[in-house]
Amino acid sequence: MILARIVGTVVATRKDPRLVSNKLLVARPMDPHGKSEGNYLVAVDTVDAGVGETVLIVSGSSARMAAGMKDCPVDAAVVGIVDTVEVAAGD
Amino acid sequence: MQLAKVIGDVVVTRKDDALTGIKLLVLQPIGADGSNVGRTLVAVDAVGSGVGETVFFVRGKEASFPFYPTEVPADAGIVGIVDHYDIDELTN
Repeated sequence: MILARIVGTVVATRKDPRLVSNKLLVARPMDPHGKSEGNYLVAVDTVDAGVGETVLIVSGSSARMAAGMKDCPVDAAVVGIVDTVEVAAGD
Repeated sequence: MQLAKVIGDVVVTRKDDALTGIKLLVLQPIGADGSNVGRTLVAVDAVGSGVGETVFFVRGKEASFPFYPTEVPADAGIVGIVDHYDIDELTN
């Protein structure tokens, strides 16, 4: 999984029927220190996350194991809202 | 599978129900000589590892297999704690 910050939302009217009523969020991956890295991605929200929050995103086929995502065409899902990240000194 | 160092932990209160009770750790993948390789990631812990340990982990859907039959939404999971490893190329 990766840590990411939610930076926006996506509105899509025409989409796969299995995506109907799922919230889509734009996320920017970040390192454990909060520094942004890599490309933006769109993830489906399963935990009521919102813009500005730090979240945990699961990618690939595992995203379909998130609650309510069985057989849905998704490859990234927000599965947790991060409270804190603690990193050992020096790392 | 890949070698990594556990460098931190993540606290997540609001999360997918299937993740309840599972420890989430921050991993830094490492190379043969122990140097950092690539980006850090968050992995579920299936073996009781902790910060500072060298571990190996799986990527992909297989990360959830240790928790079977629960379908844990995880794409990286720690499956072993490394006692030591030897690489001939480095010692010769």
